[in-house]
Amino acid sequence: MSILGTRVIRTEDPRLLTAGGVYVDDLRTPELDGAARLTFVRSPVAHARITGIDTSEAMSEPGVIAVLTVRDMDDLAPPPPDDGAGGGEGGPLPLGGPWSEPLLAVDTVRFVGEPVALVITDSRYQGEDAADLVSVDYEPLPAVVGPAAAVTDEALLFPAAGTNVAVTNPVSTDDTPFGACEVVVEQDIVNQRLACLPMEGRATAATFEGGKLTVWHSSQNAQLCRLILCGALGMTPDQIRVVVPDVGGGFGAKVGIDRDALVVAWAARKTGRALRWTETRSENLVGMTQGRAQLHHVKIGGNRDGKILAYRIEIIQDTGAYPRTGGFLPGLTCLMAPGVYDIPEVQAGFRVVVTNATPIHAYRGAGRPEAAAAIERAVDLFAAEIGMDPAEVRRRNFVAPDKFPFQTKTGALYDSGQYAEALDKVLAAAGYEELRKEQERRRASGDVRQLGIGVSTYVEITAADAAAGETAKLEVSDDGTATVYTGSSPHGQGHETAWAMLVQDELGIPMDKVTVIHGDTDLVPIGVGTHASRSLQLGGSAVQKAAIEVKDEARRQAADILEAAEADVVLDTVTGLWQVRGDPDTSLNWAQVAGHASGGSLIADVSFAADMPTFPFGAHVSVVEVDTETGKVTLLRHVTVDDAGPVLNPVLAEGQRHGGIAQGAAQALLEEVLYDADGNPLTSTLADYAAITAAELPSYELVESETPTTLNPLGVKGIGEAGTIGSTPAIQNAVVDAVAHLGVRHIDMPTTPQRVWTAINEARKASNQ
Amino acid sequence: MKVDLTVNGKDITADVEDRMLLVHFLRDVADLTATNVGCDTTSCGACTVLLDGESVKSCTVLAAQASGHDITTIEGLATNGEMHPVQRAFHQEHGLQCGFCTPGMVMAIVSLLKENPHPTEEQVRSGLEGNLCRCTGYHNIVRAALAAAEVSS
Repeated sequence: MSILGTRVIRTEDPRLLTAGGVYVDDLRTPELDGAARLTFVRSPVAHARITGIDTSEAMSEPGVIAVLTVRDMDDLAPPPPDDGAGGGEGGPLPLGGPWSEPLLAVDTVRFVGEPVALVITDSRYQGEDAADLVSVDYEPLPAVVGPAAAVTDEALLFPAAGTNVAVTNPVSTDDTPFGACEVVVEQDIVNQRLACLPMEGRATAATFEGGKLTVWHSSQNAQLCRLILCGALGMTPDQIRVVVPDVGGGFGAKVGIDRDALVVAWAARKTGRALRWTETRSENLVGMTQGRAQLHHVKIGGNRDGKILAYRIEIIQDTGAYPRTGGFLPGLTCLMAPGVYDIPEVQAGFRVVVTNATPIHAYRGAGRPEAAAAIERAVDLFAAEIGMDPAEVRRRNFVAPDKFPFQTKTGALYDSGQYAEALDKVLAAAGYEELRKEQERRRASGDVRQLGIGVSTYVEITAADAAAGETAKLEVSDDGTATVYTGSSPHGQGHETAWAMLVQDELGIPMDKVTVIHGDTDLVPIGVGTHASRSLQLGGSAVQKAAIEVKDEARRQAADILEAAEADVVLDTVTGLWQVRGDPDTSLNWAQVAGHASGGSLIADVSFAADMPTFPFGAHVSVVEVDTETGKVTLLRHVTVDDAGPVLNPVLAEGQRHGGIAQGAAQALLEEVLYDADGNPLTSTLADYAAITAAELPSYELVESETPTTLNPLGVKGIGEAGTIGSTPAIQNAVVDAVAHLGVRHIDMPTTPQRVWTAINEARKASNQ
Repeated sequence: MKVDLTVNGKDITADVEDRMLLVHFLRDVADLTATNVGCDTTSCGACTVLLDGESVKSCTVLAAQASGHDITTIEGLATNGEMHPVQRAFHQEHGLQCGFCTPGMVMAIVSLLKENPHPTEEQVRSGLEGNLCRCTGYHNIVRAALAAAEVSS
């Protein structure tokens, strides 16, 4: 029996549970003996001109080795001009031109937390002391706070650009399709700014010796880090080694390497000192890229029979102080705008605006949770308007199973899907009819605690960069062990277990004889990394492909040893033994076969790319209780179908779903990055940012469903982000549903007690008028 | 100042800054790096260790305050190479992904089960309110805690 699809507990865990992982700050490698500490001096103001920096007092502190500013970066290409005029193209950070981002602030700071200078000290605590003594004079400029203020262009972040709108993809203003509808509903929706919050923040160590730069960095992709370092520091790949040790969570915020870490690498080269930088959480909550931060205006139209005929979404993407991702995130939101529905007319467009806030980048789902949140809220608004059950409205508009592959109006090609089946499964598992009856009872009795039932059905895109593929090298040695070198480096997903399972399944080499190597550009020079739920479908398929190539070569070697025809030589993948078909006396083990090959090992070095991305889908039902006197929401149950094709290891796949659900719940219920009117962050510590805890969550109820894709040999799609994409709108819809009978039609996220209480009271006031 | 701690049964004496936090003592002086720092406001619990058998957040205890006391970190939890029941339960129930919160989470649960050997799910959840995990959605952490309680009973 194949090991694939079985519940295998992780091989990574015993080490993590007894000695602990080795994250960047834990490295005790000899090259970092006596490494100095780097501490950033960060802007305490949202928008200001720097009129002077005095480093003298800091320099005289004990233990201070150097204090560096952008003026010391004379070994790099000049930074972009302060006003953005004529900034360089092709820099390490996207968009360039007038929107270029320097490594250290030049004469302007554009968000609280922007790195302005750095101090290098012997010890950690000295660094904090010395950073406080660097005196920076700021002349305040008007702060642009929030996307609505940005689009007015009253104050500009980049004067030479002449606007705060960095990218525009105009939405159609053709109202004709809506004119033909019996019912049209419109709504402004906030998809709030979130902190990604991996438990390990950003951390980097660097050395420069003999012309070679070594950078240890907490990242989702070592090879991309090296590429970006080459561009930023003017070096070639052979001069740089990037090592990614254990990574304490990423969630999109650790894709590649950002400016702070580039500065650490530069400073190591500049000073010749081994350096360590590990940010504090207070730095992390202003310095690490954040996610979401979109304003939506949705318009949905259809007939009273439940058929949706037209949908429009206009997006304003707050990209923070620097447009690091251009139009990428709202572009994905537009691509996925119609979700699982076959809507005749879909209009989607966006504007990307800069604001005096922490830059925005990918966060679990990256543009797709925003799309799902908008359409799922819109469908519920439409359902409420026509007085139809929201599950029924969904069922009447799904892309039918016989329409796949399905070309959407927004340009996506959905590979496979069973949307109605997913909905039916989740409704049955949740006991939807019973829940509605219980809701009726509570409504009728005027219970203080009202029940809300939220439904979402979603489709998402995974491995959007499918064509970039992934690498795998597999070596079977003459001791019978196998080593996998993978370009897909994990940060909690369990690649070491999963890749070893694939090798065991294909070759019969037991998992405990398989070593998985990742995250070191000297050992794995080419790779793409772990993001966009791409790992198993691309990296896993590559491992399987390498194993098949090794098996083919092994067959030739075994045939040679056994003096048999290749076609007569077979591998028993249970025992891992080669033999002539039907003749057990001819058994050869992997050590013997590999030892017979020239060089004493069998090697396959492959890459696997898919033609197209895949489109997992699912359906969630969330049940909440809302205290109508206090506005407090309690998440009682969360039931999900998340169909990402065949499951390699249910333990790992369920873990991904659990984590995703919790992060979606966090957005729906609690979490939000906030700024005051001057652009000062109000959520820059974990005492202020409402990170979700075990106490606010139930155990989840997962329903199995497996619809394969034909786009890779494993038939799999991505599962990393699905939970988040499905859960956020289901929970938000449940909260609104709980108080809908009181006249509430929409509550923005997070649905905090204050916001829910306000919505209830405003609705009551309106109904009394 | 001079401090003298027993860490995982081993005496460690060192001269440290008055302001040195226990977690930095463990990581930088005792060279035990499993205990992680996840925040600077005593909110996340990644640094949870046992001080005389009770859980503390070691980012909020000075090394000086811990002088003369017994500290247990996750490195000292196994006995004779056998994982503690809570460690074993985390492995069996997939209670960890990236592993960063795990040492603190495990120590918090060891302490919780000592105080309440047979907790309900709700008691586990409220008992872990001070420990953040971003990967697991807590589902399997809670299951691991309940499974460890079952084994220990």
